[in-house]
Amino acid sequence: MHLFLIYTVDGITNGMVYAAVALALVMIWRATRIINYAQGAMAMFTTYIALIVIRHGAPYWLGFVVALATGLVIGAVTERVLVRPVESRPPLNAVILSLGVLILLEAIAPMLFGGQTQSFPVPVSNTDLLVGGTSLDISPFALFTIGAVLIAMLLLFLVFQRTTLGLRMRAAAFNPEIARILGIRVGRMLTLGWGLAALLGALAGMLAAPSVYLYPSNMDEVLVFGFTGAIIGGLESPVGAVAGAVGVGLALSYVSGYVGSDLAPLGGFAILIVVLMLRPQGLFSFGRQRQV
Amino acid sequence: MSGETPDTTAAVLEVAGIDVRFEGVVALDGVSLTVRANQIVGVIGPNGAGKTTLFNAVSRFVTPVTGTITFKGQSLLGLPTWRLAHMGIARTLQGLGLWPTLTVLENVVAGSPSRTRLAPDLLALPSADRHTASLREEALANLGALGVADRAGAYPGSLPHGVQKRVIIARALMARPSLLLLDEPASGLSATDVSELIDLLRSLRTRMAIALVEHHVDMVMAVSDTITVLNLGQVIASGSPAEIRANSDVANAYLGQTVAHA
Repeated sequence: MHLFLIYTVDGITNGMVYAAVALALVMIWRATRIINYAQGAMAMFTTYIALIVIRHGAPYWLGFVVALATGLVIGAVTERVLVRPVESRPPLNAVILSLGVLILLEAIAPMLFGGQTQSFPVPVSNTDLLVGGTSLDISPFALFTIGAVLIAMLLLFLVFQRTTLGLRMRAAAFNPEIARILGIRVGRMLTLGWGLAALLGALAGMLAAPSVYLYPSNMDEVLVFGFTGAIIGGLESPVGAVAGAVGVGLALSYVSGYVGSDLAPLGGFAILIVVLMLRPQGLFSFGRQRQV
Repeated sequence: MSGETPDTTAAVLEVAGIDVRFEGVVALDGVSLTVRANQIVGVIGPNGAGKTTLFNAVSRFVTPVTGTITFKGQSLLGLPTWRLAHMGIARTLQGLGLWPTLTVLENVVAGSPSRTRLAPDLLALPSADRHTASLREEALANLGALGVADRAGAYPGSLPHGVQKRVIIARALMARPSLLLLDEPASGLSATDVSELIDLLRSLRTRMAIALVEHHVDMVMAVSDTITVLNLGQVIASGSPAEIRANSDVANAYLGQTVAHA
């Protein structure tokens, strides 16, 4: 029972990181109907930039802020410069493009930052909290991870649901033609959407790096697990994506704990396959089949 | 433009001699259209005549190869579509384009072209809340003017077609337009709905110029001050409803027996 608790806490913590990636994928999917396969690589890139800042003697938090800000900029620039020209083209163009960005970022990262695996600092302790001699099975960094992702989600929820700007972003994503007629600068909304998604990805990168370490393809697995979560959630639903990603985190943690850590990635794929076979529209999408 | 009483009111929209081609196919050929303040202008013509293309040229979805389009004397050519709403040009689409996941009220609020205030919105400052509140009030007023304020909280998918068509007009009014372009406002409406639409357009005319593209000829005849008839991308007649009714070219090309009964 104690082990179960440990695996559960681990699963939720990792799941929250996958959830940030899943949510970023869903945001971009809803805005531009593109699966951003470069989401993880963009996060890897911003995490390296944070590491450089921290290595130069700046506090962790400055590196943290720089990573998120760089994410916002990289996402916005990617949309404006690379994605915009393919937005009105067949979907395959966008798929190739985002795969291209993934390969490009993973290829230039070793040139800029070196290819070797590097450890990444944590802002708060990584060892489990002790209260009166007994371990609580959760570290301050795990709490920080869960808290940071929850806060980011809450902020995004408020922006999208409670502000006129968020309303316009949703409107632009849903029907660009009518949005333009109503005076919405659709291009600007899409740029902002990509920026916010990449910011969320950058957060995931900062939170994942202490445990997966930092190297040019360090986010590949995180991306796959986040993607699995997003698919389980139906790709359209932010809530579904988060729930799906946390589910994936839990499942992987149990497989890794009870069966063997080598099998954890296989477990992720098994979940994905079963969900796609039984409910191809995802668990959280009701009625309407997904349109491509 | 034969025998029209000389109109001294300033032109709000002036389309002059535009040609639009789609991959070599002529969609509009030297089309002109003038819409004056407090005037309702109907554009009719058979399917494929170029009615919606004419609106699409004004909305800057397509660019004419020749000709000019001016709004209150300013050329629209070269402007992006989104700018038009900010200048006071509103439009509805045949396809409605209501957002199914937003309530009716949210749909209408989203139609306001007021400036996006990024910082206050993101920081959720009180000024942003006040701004949102005033937009909601305006949206409710517009829904009220169209007699559908009681549906503000509903989702568009659950509403009858006639109500949805009122909602898109309410949404278009959020631009506080001086020119309102309506794309087939009467399509799919019951006879009662159409007569209410006519009353509505007459009351809106006191505040703005209206141009409408429509298949429902009786409705256009009843409500329009002037009518332009398109056929195969060309203007074949333009004038008052009485003149259009009497025009034999129009009868031949399009109206047939409908006119005799109307």
